[in-house]
Amino acid sequence: MAIRSSENSSPDGEAKPLIVTQNLSVRYGAAMALDSVSLEIPEGLATALIGPSGCGKSTLLRCFNRMNDLIDRVKITGRVAIAGHDIYRRQVHAAELRKKVGIVFQQPNPFPKSIRGNVAYGPKLHGLRNRGRLAEVVEASLKAAALWDEVKDRLESNALTLSVGQQQRLCIARAIAVEPKILLMDEPASELDPGAAARIEELILNLKNRFTIVLATHNMQQAARISDQTAFFRSGKLIEHGLTNTLFTSPKKQQTEDYITGRFG
Amino acid sequence: MSSFGFSALRRDWRSSFLTWLTALAAAVVFVFLAVILAGVLWQGKDLFSWRFLTSSPGENLLDADQAGVLPMLAGTVARVMLMAAFTMPAGVLTAIYMVEYAPSSSPATALIRSAIHSLAGVPSVVIGLFGLAFFVHFIGGNLDSIFRPNASSPYWNHPGLLWASLTMAILTLPAVSTAVEESLRARSAGLREASMALGATRLQTVVKVILPRALPGILSGGLLAVSRASGAVTPILLTGAAHFTTEDGSPGGFMDLGYYVFLLSTQSPDAEGARPILYAAVMALLLLTFPLNAAAIFIRAQTNTRSGMFR
Repeated sequence: MAIRSSENSSPDGEAKPLIVTQNLSVRYGAAMALDSVSLEIPEGLATALIGPSGCGKSTLLRCFNRMNDLIDRVKITGRVAIAGHDIYRRQVHAAELRKKVGIVFQQPNPFPKSIRGNVAYGPKLHGLRNRGRLAEVVEASLKAAALWDEVKDRLESNALTLSVGQQQRLCIARAIAVEPKILLMDEPASELDPGAAARIEELILNLKNRFTIVLATHNMQQAARISDQTAFFRSGKLIEHGLTNTLFTSPKKQQTEDYITGRFG
Repeated sequence: MSSFGFSALRRDWRSSFLTWLTALAAAVVFVFLAVILAGVLWQGKDLFSWRFLTSSPGENLLDADQAGVLPMLAGTVARVMLMAAFTMPAGVLTAIYMVEYAPSSSPATALIRSAIHSLAGVPSVVIGLFGLAFFVHFIGGNLDSIFRPNASSPYWNHPGLLWASLTMAILTLPAVSTAVEESLRARSAGLREASMALGATRLQTVVKVILPRALPGILSGGLLAVSRASGAVTPILLTGAAHFTTEDGSPGGFMDLGYYVFLLSTQSPDAEGARPILYAAVMALLLLTFPLNAAAIFIRAQTNTRSGMFR
């Protein structure tokens, strides 16, 4: 399958597209946040959305699980399809969609509940009542988020007592517990100190095997380390999309080259 | 002498003047409170006793020897509890609607918001008149004509506890819904997103995340409303307060502490003789409202500190 974006032919010959946007535009009131973006994101890989702040990468990410619906005065045109289904059709229940497409935010936002309560929140919401089964999900999710060893002896303590880096890994565990197919990450490490950020990166690399990951970041090194494909945005427009290696070593567009060589952004 | 030194001197004088002025303003508040409390305590201390709180007055309401405020205390407590039962659910639901469901950019939302604010500014005597016209005469009158068409005397179409509480609920609704709205909004944006991102519906998010978090705010808002309502007399003058409760079983008037204070201070033929009762009754009223205020302040303080019990 081809990645049908600007001049790029097929950055990855094998992967089939999971998320497809066509002429997707987003306006907040009069401000244009995304301008006619057509992009295909492959299944089973990590795709990084990079660009200067305000370029629309977070907005695009939030279109994939309709988090933008929560914002007033947002107007979305164009099409977003996940696994062939138009997710903005009237019949689609946004809450059901978000079970399949999880998100981790920039600011760690654990609930003011216990660590266990945070991870169990999603599964309980979706009807898991069996205590033993819940405990398994909590343990598995915390292990997957590389947090289990640090918190296994204090699952009942308040999540707000964790360090910020731990809180972010808890938020990742919380998202994993719902067993999404796609994991969206909106600048997940930018609020953290370098050590904690490195742990999150390492974690994302491990999660690549289980989820299709879409990562919005302004950190180019991070995008280069983690992702298989990279899409570069500027002023709401998709400038270039391709294999991460190719995009960083031989960008096709002058704007991309200027950005990755640090001439602006 | 340089102009430098002079201007520096002058600014210093102004700034210390302002400091003193603000300190004085704060002191005035404190002094007023102290004077009021001391006056009440001093003049009411002779009559104020456990017996005074727990006994009914004699035939003559102005007889100091037989004075007692139990029925007034009971009336006031009953009407504010009933009021809270009406105003809290209405206030919380209004606030939830305003925060979670009302589209913030729509003109309808702006209209509702300005209605809430205007209601807060309506004088309490007007609310009282509305209560008399709407609850007592309209609702009460209709209830009478539907359920007791042949009765000679009105049963519902008569000032009473229910109508007074409903009128009071309208008076306190804006304050409650505004307080709840603030506590729903405060520090909850990230949690709302987090919950919805995990596949929770709006209702699930409100019930499981937002409301528990807002509980202290709801509680302190409610306590303040109850405290304010306990002392307010105007709205119940026309809708329920009675000089003396009748024993004929009609839902009629009830005795009320604030109203009793009003009677003693304005309707008594013997102002001097009534004064000790008046001050003792005021003490009873303060005893009722101060702890409510204190509890509200305590809860608010607890939620504002990281170590607080509601965090």
